[in-house]
Amino acid sequence: MNINATIILQSIAMMIFVWFCMKYLWPPLIQAMDERRERIAEGLAASDKAEKELEAAKVQVSEQIREARDKASEIIEQANQRHTQILDQAKDDALSERQRQVTAAEADIAQASNQAREDLRSSVASLAVLGAGKILEKEIDAQAHRELLDKLIAEI
Amino acid sequence: MAGGSGNITQSDYIRHHLQNLTFGQHADGSWGLAHSAEQAQAMGFWAFNVDTMFWSLILGIAFYILFRTVAKKANSGVPSRFQAAIEFIVEFVDTSVRESFHGTSKFIAPLALTLFVWIFFMNFMDLIPVDWLPALAKSAGIVHQKVVPTTDVNATMGMALTVFVLIIYFSIKIKGVGGFIGELTGQPFASDSVAGKIVFFIPNLLLELVSLVAKPVSLGLRLFGNMYAGELIFILIAMIFTAGSGFVAGGLSSIFGEHIPAWFWIVATVTVFVTLWLNLKGKIADKHTLWLLLAEMLLVGGMAFLGGQLMHFGWAIFHLLIVTLQAFIFMMLTIVYLSMAHEHH
Repeated sequence: MNINATIILQSIAMMIFVWFCMKYLWPPLIQAMDERRERIAEGLAASDKAEKELEAAKVQVSEQIREARDKASEIIEQANQRHTQILDQAKDDALSERQRQVTAAEADIAQASNQAREDLRSSVASLAVLGAGKILEKEIDAQAHRELLDKLIAEI
Repeated sequence: MAGGSGNITQSDYIRHHLQNLTFGQHADGSWGLAHSAEQAQAMGFWAFNVDTMFWSLILGIAFYILFRTVAKKANSGVPSRFQAAIEFIVEFVDTSVRESFHGTSKFIAPLALTLFVWIFFMNFMDLIPVDWLPALAKSAGIVHQKVVPTTDVNATMGMALTVFVLIIYFSIKIKGVGGFIGELTGQPFASDSVAGKIVFFIPNLLLELVSLVAKPVSLGLRLFGNMYAGELIFILIAMIFTAGSGFVAGGLSSIFGEHIPAWFWIVATVTVFVTLWLNLKGKIADKHTLWLLLAEMLLVGGMAFLGGQLMHFGWAIFHLLIVTLQAFIFMMLTIVYLSMAHEHH
């Protein structure tokens, strides 16, 4: 356990090892570690960002779904309205058509009835004249008994 | 072990273990290795402890290679387990430096890393059973071999002196020569008057020089003292259970006589090794393994041997803590001292 020149050699050895460490060991190791730390931090930030974006996207999606649902119900509402409208329209049309047809038919009927009545009247008149002529055995001047005949017809 | 020969006394055994392999100039003028403590003493200052330098260089190179293999492949991707382990140490040192060193320096962190790992490796040599490497060296014809460089005061004080030089260098670099001298003479007794300054000059200088010199001494001698004491306890434990020390292997001596043959130790070692290996392979249950080991210990060296093993094991666990702690303390104190050198007081 003597103090001898080993103390100097050890001192020199230490300086050399420290120099080696400073030159060849520390910088690459600490650089790699710092880079990895940075990458991890970036990765974490990116994942945070992605999570936030996902959250925003979810909100947006639900918004869009709500909008779509609103639109759909609106369309259904419109369709229903349109449906009622068309139905009413058709009902109105049908009613007016029926009215029109009824009116036309009534007019036809009235016309036919008038016609028939006219025909009947004229037939009756001539029959009456004929009958009267037969009865009287004498020519009745049709012109002369016009007034009488008309009166007769009207009474029928 | 004392080589199995019965004529080595216990104090010889201890002294042999505490003697460095010293290379220097003999009294007759020739250069060579010292063959005894007296010869080493006589060599004076200009001699070298070959074993201390050999092991500290080997361990320093081991540190360099270990870290260099990782540093070369270092990338910011997913680290391998080995890389992660190395980076854990780097991170640990880096954090310690950041917390304790208030200043910017590209030099402090590598210095701290080198000191921590290198001193840890040197201290760790203490956990290798004390007789293994010296016995190996002896079989190669080398008489003395002290394998733990930090149990050599030259090694620890050598490192402490480097740190001391760095303290002075940084003090002067940061504060200037005047600032440094002012720090040494202007406190702890401060005065505003010129007369006061002159009066306090000498006592201040004395006090500050003591605290300055205390720094390397506290670094080097504390590490040396801890490791030397730990090594000594290992040697004492080894001595207690060494066959041939007279105290222990009475049973064995009665079988083999004075000299226990080498094959006995080989058979004993192989038996223990096979037992442990079979346990690891799952062939023997833990409980059975413990009983088998106990039986083997009793057969090999009797209760004292077993006691020695247990003591060695217990002290090794405790010493593992000391080994790490002392390396850490050396590193931390270096950081703190250099941080103080960077600060203005």
